[in-house]
Amino acid sequence: MLYSPKPMHIPDGFLSLTISMICWVISAIILSIAISRSNKSLGERQVPLMGVMAAFIFATQMINFPVAGGTSGHLLGGALAAITLGPWAGMLVMTAVIVVQGLLFQDGGLLVMGANILNMGLITVAIGYGLYRGVSMGNRTLKLTVAGIAAWLSVMAGALLVSLQLWLSGTSQLQIVIPAMLTVHALIGLGEALITVAALTLIFQTRPDLIGENSASARGSRGWVVAGVLISLAVVLLSPLASTNPDGLNRVATDLGFISTAHARTGPLAGYVVPFLRSVSLSKIASGALGLTVVGVIIVLLGQGMKAKS
Amino acid sequence: MHFDAFDRYHETESFLHRLDPRAKVVVTFAFILSNALLPDGAWIAFGFSWLFLLFANALSSLGIGFTFKRSLVALPFALIAITILFSIPGKPLTSFHFLLWDFTITDSGLLRFVSVLIRSWFSVQMAILLVATARFPDIIHALEHLKVPAILTTIIAFLYRYLFVLADEVFRLMRARESRSAAAPGQRPGRSVAWRAGVAGHMAGQLFLRSYERSDRVYNAMLARGYAGHLETINPHELRRRDYLTVALALLVILFFQVVARL
Repeated sequence: MLYSPKPMHIPDGFLSLTISMICWVISAIILSIAISRSNKSLGERQVPLMGVMAAFIFATQMINFPVAGGTSGHLLGGALAAITLGPWAGMLVMTAVIVVQGLLFQDGGLLVMGANILNMGLITVAIGYGLYRGVSMGNRTLKLTVAGIAAWLSVMAGALLVSLQLWLSGTSQLQIVIPAMLTVHALIGLGEALITVAALTLIFQTRPDLIGENSASARGSRGWVVAGVLISLAVVLLSPLASTNPDGLNRVATDLGFISTAHARTGPLAGYVVPFLRSVSLSKIASGALGLTVVGVIIVLLGQGMKAKS
Repeated sequence: MHFDAFDRYHETESFLHRLDPRAKVVVTFAFILSNALLPDGAWIAFGFSWLFLLFANALSSLGIGFTFKRSLVALPFALIAITILFSIPGKPLTSFHFLLWDFTITDSGLLRFVSVLIRSWFSVQMAILLVATARFPDIIHALEHLKVPAILTTIIAFLYRYLFVLADEVFRLMRARESRSAAAPGQRPGRSVAWRAGVAGHMAGQLFLRSYERSDRVYNAMLARGYAGHLETINPHELRRRDYLTVALALLVILFFQVVARL
């Protein structure tokens, strides 16, 4: 078999509609910024380069190494993409990889793809690039060390986001999913860090011009450093908090209305509760409006169908 | 390796294969969205959704159980949802003792667990059917028509176009590693895990350099063939009456599932 499923890809059905939609909106906003930045700064030459680099990330994930007992480690590649291609290009490349994995190989769902893009394509690049950019003027040893830490943290951040999304969707219990996901991914992250550092070492030795001080990837804004450090701090602080004091987080989520929507889905009339609209009457109006919209779309399609050639 | 080695397309002649890829993408998304909107325990609506899926399979002439056989990829993920069996408060059904803990399965926990699995299982089957009945480049074109930003679809098109080349490159690297990793019988080849990860890392770095240099050659070759910033297709898609009517009918049926689930 040419393709084997990778960890951390959430399939359809495991996230609630609310969470899937929120993740899609966040990912779409970040991606639209990435696209407008890339359109401005990239010539037509860069697009084929990014396409081949996306294929590179995809193909790199096939390289595995035996760990123990028949299991094997391999790369996710977010931090490596960020460091070699720069932040915006790295995000677009990782997104393309996740889209192909979901669409072509069903590794990760379609409705939850926004969440998968956010977990594996955006936050990993933000951490990987932000931390690396902070030391991009330092010496090689420092850079490689930070790149390794960033690679490990990026995997942990992705795992933490997956856990939080599953919990907010009412699919898993916080006390179980966070320790389980973080323990497994602490090990996966070690592999990620080792591979990233070894790959960068080789590139430094053979083509230092590609990732040196004057390369495209070193010209990212200083704002990335702030973003990367802040996200890393959030991961480092939130993980122990979430596993030792889940009640606090549960209360926050209940106050924000997530948990109640998650649990309302179990009732017989659950479907009438539309996200953000707590009042039932408003929800019914919204459901009705959604239904009417679909009916309207159907009528337009029928009209188009009458006009179209058969 | 052939350029479409990764495609999941099944060459045959059927109603679904002839349908415009846009129509197939829209119906697939609508079906998956509908699954997510069905409340827990909406058994009748789940049953109708399943019939819809079987009917779509039949329309593809790939056999009624085609997607079923390939749909177990999401199964490992079910482990993560298993905790909801015990965590949602409700009437206890059965309890057992395992190691240090007592587990109690509640009726609402079981209901939610089964519902999550069904939604996931139906959704993955429809996605499998989509890539089995439409060539991947056609799906990319459909996404372009459906207003996915051009830069993303172009990157995806290049990813798909060069994936088989780089996969060949990976297999060469892995073959080289294999042939250098001989070991006496009873002995394990290679050293510590960290050492092995380092080797894999050097392979990744090597692949990066080869890919980077190849992308230059790819670009020059494309310029020589008249590349002007976007990819052209030689099968232009046209939405015909059949496509409009099929999408309309499918949406109507999916809307009906939602109504049934709420009666």
